Amino acid sequence: MSAWIVRHLQTLVGSLGRLSEHALATLLTTLVIGIALALPACLYVLVANAQVATGTWQRAVDLTVYLERSATADAARSLAERVRARRDVAAVELITKEEALKEFRSDSGFGASLDALADNPLPHTLVVRPGADYASAEHLEGLAADLRALEGVEVVQLDTLWVSRLEAILETVRRGALIAAALLAIGVLVIVGNTIRLDIQNRRQEIEVTKLVGGSDGFVRRPFLYSGVWYGLGGGLVAWLVTTGVVAALAGPVSRLAGLYESAFRIQGLRFDTGLALLGAGIALGWLGSFIAATRHLRDIEP
Amino acid sequence: MIRFDRVFKRYPNGREALSDLTLEIAAGEMVFLTGHSGAGKSSLLKLVALIERPTRGQLIVNGQNVAGVRRSKVPAFRRRIGMVFQDHKLLSDRTVFDNVALPLIIAGVGTKEIGKRVRAALDQVGLLGYEQNLPLELSTGEQQRVGIARAVVSKPDILIADEPTGNLDPDLSLEVMGIFRRFNEVGVTVLVASHDLYLIEQFPVRRVRLEAGRIAPEPQSGRGLDPGQLIDLEEAPSP
Repeated sequence: MSAWIVRHLQTLVGSLGRLSEHALATLLTTLVIGIALALPACLYVLVANAQVATGTWQRAVDLTVYLERSATADAARSLAERVRARRDVAAVELITKEEALKEFRSDSGFGASLDALADNPLPHTLVVRPGADYASAEHLEGLAADLRALEGVEVVQLDTLWVSRLEAILETVRRGALIAAALLAIGVLVIVGNTIRLDIQNRRQEIEVTKLVGGSDGFVRRPFLYSGVWYGLGGGLVAWLVTTGVVAALAGPVSRLAGLYESAFRIQGLRFDTGLALLGAGIALGWLGSFIAATRHLRDIEP
Repeated sequence: MIRFDRVFKRYPNGREALSDLTLEIAAGEMVFLTGHSGAGKSSLLKLVALIERPTRGQLIVNGQNVAGVRRSKVPAFRRRIGMVFQDHKLLSDRTVFDNVALPLIIAGVGTKEIGKRVRAALDQVGLLGYEQNLPLELSTGEQQRVGIARAVVSKPDILIADEPTGNLDPDLSLEVMGIFRRFNEVGVTVLVASHDLYLIEQFPVRRVRLEAGRIAPEPQSGRGLDPGQLIDLEEAPSP
């Protein structure tokens, strides 16, 4: 058993040594695999970040509830209390008609014309902030309907269309990322398989001799499988580096953009466990590609 | 140990290399296989090593009918046979040690045991101390001896050699044949194909002469050939 492990370790290291003998070719192959893996990884990061970002924005989807103009300030306050008591509501801000008028006067530049009015044309207003867990477009519609049904409510304003659109866009991108990942995975299989096929051709004599002295198909195949694993691991590392680089390059512009939306959002790179999953995917693809190629082509070489 | 029973070998191109060959080689016997090129010597050895399979007839090696050896069992079958080739088939990018160790590594022998047995095998062919050399740093005769060490390192029951002295001068040839003889003396069944009749004359062992895929009548073994007969055997065009 220990001899078996030692043998595998030797093959593992031996195949790495062999790859390093052709450093340039190995580097190029690894780079190609890495870039192929980096593309879906970057798309994944994009989607993950967009989800986080829209999460923050969705909390900013407030409902504006305009009360009937006849409503008194006390009625408005009690209505605000009732709404605040709901489970799906995080906060309610009451803007009385006096406050609204003051704000309007200072912000709009129509101060002089407002003075001409006999009484305040503005209603009391509630700004309802939904709870974070209830920020989906569907739920917001339900909440708006409930609020509309309350006595003394004139109009409830909610713009959920853009939320739905954004969700649809994200879903499309996510699906695209999956398709890209699947296609590029096939690409990686082909790259590794072809590299291993060439390697097998170059080592034909060695394979023949090994079979002559009693090497089984499995024994002959082993170093090629380890080569595939190394290619996959190398490609995974390259992909991780590329993704980290892309995130670093985007961090500045993204935080400026977020700043313009008054958000403290910062782009996040690959999490450590996601990075490990990327390496794992690379290794699995490298192994599979070399397994398919080696099983196919080693059969053809007989002494 | 090795028994051919009415064996035919026909290649896909239609050439019949062996036809109706019946031959028995006992355990511990040493046999020289002679005959012109194309007489079927190599084909016979390839059948024994399961590199080729008989078209017809029965071949039993090590008590096993080769027809019953599935493709996946061929490697295990070959591990019980040591093979030496005219071009020695060494791996030029590996040291002498690694070349000789290859059959043991395949068999899953432990590292310490490998070291011991590789050195013992190299000692038997007189190459102890050359472990870390590359094959190309050695002379042709030495390379052939490395090939022999690799063939015997896993202590096979049968040792077969196809023209092992084909590229060697007479002195080296004699030395290499002597090595085969010594292995035979310790109980290994040895089957050597060679067309070097002068060389074969030096060893009093059984000879089997092939002619067009059949066993040709052989002058009694142990008695020297007269020179006239040698010329006849070597130079006469095949019928």
